[in-house]
Amino acid sequence: MKLTVNAEEVSLAEELTVSELLVHRNVRMPEMVSVELNGKILPRSEFDSTSVADGDVVEFLYFMGGGCVTDRATN
Amino acid sequence: MSLTEQQIERYSRHIILESVGGAGQEKLLSSRVLIVGAGGLGAPAALYLAAAGVGTIGLLDGDEVDLTNLQRQIVHHTCDVGRRKIVSAAEKLRAINPDVTVRTYDTWARANNIRDIITEYDFVIDGVDNFAAKFLINDACYFERIPFSHAGILQFEGQLMTVLPGRTACYRCLFRSPPPAGSVPSCGQAGVLGVLPGVVGSLQATEAIKYLLELGDLLTDSLLTYNALKMDFRKIGVGRSPNCPLCGADAEIKELVDAEAVVCDRKGCQCQE
Repeated sequence: MKLTVNAEEVSLAEELTVSELLVHRNVRMPEMVSVELNGKILPRSEFDSTSVADGDVVEFLYFMGGGCVTDRATN
Repeated sequence: MSLTEQQIERYSRHIILESVGGAGQEKLLSSRVLIVGAGGLGAPAALYLAAAGVGTIGLLDGDEVDLTNLQRQIVHHTCDVGRRKIVSAAEKLRAINPDVTVRTYDTWARANNIRDIITEYDFVIDGVDNFAAKFLINDACYFERIPFSHAGILQFEGQLMTVLPGRTACYRCLFRSPPPAGSVPSCGQAGVLGVLPGVVGSLQATEAIKYLLELGDLLTDSLLTYNALKMDFRKIGVGRSPNCPLCGADAEIKELVDAEAVVCDRKGCQCQE
């Protein structure tokens, strides 16, 4: 089975759920990643129950902070 | 408003653009953009917007210039270390372009001040470092229906999205709520290539100008990701989420709240692949 994960082609030997795919792709803090499956953001509650299929396009979207970083919380 | 001879000369490279012209330049001069965070992203955005002749630029930041800022926050100079960031930045913007009125807010964005401030502006640039403020800007801009540009940076990567609140995907459509404290690395902890926010902040300024002049296609319903090491720009389509807690059908967020301020922190974070 072949799918596209963040624009890279990934081959899977077996069917995986989205949760398993996150582990498979070595995303070590999956709770910090939003997952888009075929153009739609997948609710986190469905990570365990949704399997990826051949030809799926998956995007892992990461939290990223910004410009004026100080080493302390700023608010 | 009509342009003076000096303005016609100063903005000649804009005016010569058919889709901008004198009318577009006049529009910029009567436009107002708020930049939240006078740091890595805010610095290039502010400098370019001032040079472009955006008539009113608001700068909101409660911090002072630190030596570690200078590697990327190009609006601040070595002699500014220890000064208030907004004072340092405002000085540079006025020096670049006396046409620009700079308004400064020496404070942090909070639930009790942000809405009143953003309503004074046509467009907002999110150049803040912490997720509490990023969500606050997103929510405040939604409630006041002020368009804004989200951006984030880390190490060699950046991301960018323009939001027309209520009409296009918002930050919460992608990321429902701020990450737990310490779960996402900060640039302070994980590092950032100094020029990276220069690229991303300049893109934010581009989006602001496009919005103000109604030019081209905005980066809405799309997250642009930039990987400097691969020199790869990728646009990921992201539609509005029907389950969005802010702008979805059954939105549960009805008012602004101050989330726990979280500057992403490298400790324990392994969220990247």
